[in-house]
Amino acid sequence: MAETPSNNEYWAANIRLVTWSLVIWATVSFGFGIVLRPLLSGIAVGGTDLGFWFAQQGSIIVFLVLIFFYAWRMNKLDIQHGVDEE
Amino acid sequence: MDQYTLNLLFVGATFALYIGIAIWARAGSTSEFYAAGRGVHPVTNGMATAADWMSAASFISMAGLIAFTGYDNSSFLMGWTGGYVLLAMLLAPYLRKFGKFTVPEFIGDRFYSPTARMVAVVCLIVASVTYVIGQMTGVGVAFSRFLEVDNATGLYIGAAVVFIYAVMGGMKGVTYTQVAQYVVLITAYTIPAVFISLQLTGNPIPALGLFAEHTASGLPLLERLDQVVQELGFAEYTGAQGSTLNMVLFTLSLMIGTAGLPHVIIRFFTVPRVADARWSAGWALVFIALLYLTAPAVGAMARLNLIDTVYPNGTAEAPIAYDDRPVWMQNWEVTGLLTFNDANGDGLIQWYNAGSESFAATAAERGWAGSELSVNRDILVLANPEIANLPGWVIALVAAGGLAAALSTAAGLLLAISGAISHDLIKGQLNPNISEKGELLWARIAMAGAVVVATYLGLNPPGFAAQTVALAFGLAAASIFPALMMGIFSKRVNNKGAVWGMLAGLIVTLVYIFLHKGWFFIPGTNTFTDADPLLGPIKSTSFGAIGALINFSVAYVVSNATEEPPQEIIDLVESIRVPRGAGAAQDH
Repeated sequence: MAETPSNNEYWAANIRLVTWSLVIWATVSFGFGIVLRPLLSGIAVGGTDLGFWFAQQGSIIVFLVLIFFYAWRMNKLDIQHGVDEE
Repeated sequence: MDQYTLNLLFVGATFALYIGIAIWARAGSTSEFYAAGRGVHPVTNGMATAADWMSAASFISMAGLIAFTGYDNSSFLMGWTGGYVLLAMLLAPYLRKFGKFTVPEFIGDRFYSPTARMVAVVCLIVASVTYVIGQMTGVGVAFSRFLEVDNATGLYIGAAVVFIYAVMGGMKGVTYTQVAQYVVLITAYTIPAVFISLQLTGNPIPALGLFAEHTASGLPLLERLDQVVQELGFAEYTGAQGSTLNMVLFTLSLMIGTAGLPHVIIRFFTVPRVADARWSAGWALVFIALLYLTAPAVGAMARLNLIDTVYPNGTAEAPIAYDDRPVWMQNWEVTGLLTFNDANGDGLIQWYNAGSESFAATAAERGWAGSELSVNRDILVLANPEIANLPGWVIALVAAGGLAAALSTAAGLLLAISGAISHDLIKGQLNPNISEKGELLWARIAMAGAVVVATYLGLNPPGFAAQTVALAFGLAAASIFPALMMGIFSKRVNNKGAVWGMLAGLIVTLVYIFLHKGWFFIPGTNTFTDADPLLGPIKSTSFGAIGALINFSVAYVVSNATEEPPQEIIDLVESIRVPRGAGAAQDH
């Protein structure tokens, strides 16, 4: 398939979306759940702190939202750039 | 009806259900055998993927590891779910667009090299066999308990069942069998958790119960747990104990490994459209999250219940006498996975952290001569309903659920291994003229070989089920994931780069694991231990992330030092990146 300008734009938009999604992905798990946990230790959640909640439950919920948002957004981008499956 | 009969009845009934569905679904769709999932709704496909994915490690082992370690093992929870984000955004839609059926096929075509395909086959086999060892450990635990035999016998029986189950083959491909297995395993996991959450906190949703008030003490559940474990010299449950660097690398290894394991990836090859590959990853995670949000509650509540069982009058009072121990302890003693050794000869079960220096004085004062109870982490989930005094049918249901989880994944992995050997290696490389019958024979030989190796190593496993499985993820992370990702996101990485990258990642990771877990996992041949690893705090289970980094770096350097890929490969990458035209790729 030849490289068309629209394909380039489509790919750039995709990379932007994936990059931002992965920034959030890393922030909630590696950030809030592990490395930044001491910073969140002041916020109490049911007998422990917010970092513990992110490590055991919060990250998973954010991952779910991320994937569904990505799928919805990408499927829209496909149509906008005319590269969706007919 | 006694517990033994009840167990047999539940396990037997669920097996009959799977076989029944397989026969019913197979009769109508023999021609669609290899295209399982195509034309299946993304929600259904997501559920089947979840059953494929959640193995003995998730079901039997993980909550136990969290229970005995606490916060530090949150890595399992984040790692085994976070990988789906990578899968959905970096691999699944593109591999679907490519439209072939196996991972080595993609790597062979994208890197225009039969050598790359063979290296991918080796990586796939190494990671999958390690994974099967972990499943065997879990299967052994489950069978030994519900048939009331010792652990080794349970393992042999389990191995035979796995082999027969996998050789029947077609069952794996039938999406509806997996849907049934998912329903059995999620029901079996959730029901006891709901009962226990109600008992301890009055909240029927375990995920919320974890952060609710412990009714008996009036304190938040986790605060109460922190209190009682520390009263026995154990580390604080919600506190970080190990190294932060190791925890980050371990979590990352599990995430990358999730996106690099062949039996999960192939599910996305076969959804109807590229858009569905994205939705399917989301739905798979929905069904996985139902178990993963419950698991930390199961772990914390089981730990609390276990301590209350041993110290019925509180940790400051004397523990229970061995002669008064509950029936479930007696049952698990039969398996050899729970043992009592009366170190100070007083007939009471002292269970505490004998390794704690700060607690040593208290222990000496109370006349304790060492912790007398040893509990294998892998029994916790299966023993959980018995510890909480739940009815017999719940116990039987959990046994059936654990076996469903272990068998569905083990069978899927064995099929991936046998396919790689008979299809990619023998037919693709050594003997292209082999007859279909010959190919099938080799598939069975490969399967039998893998079961024998996994059973032998499962007798002296390199760790608890989930830890062994974690090693498999490290291997997949270091070898397969980087090759797939570079194949899609880089037009510059060429055949030589991919081959040397995969080899470097696999070999360095494998050597690091063998140095800590013994060469070829044979006990006693290790030079280092995970308590004192070769590289600072980095345990062998966490090394996959570093292996992946080595893979990426080697591939980048080698590719830039050698010629660019040919134009048709650059065109192939361009075409993988857009969904349009995927329909054509469907026709095989």
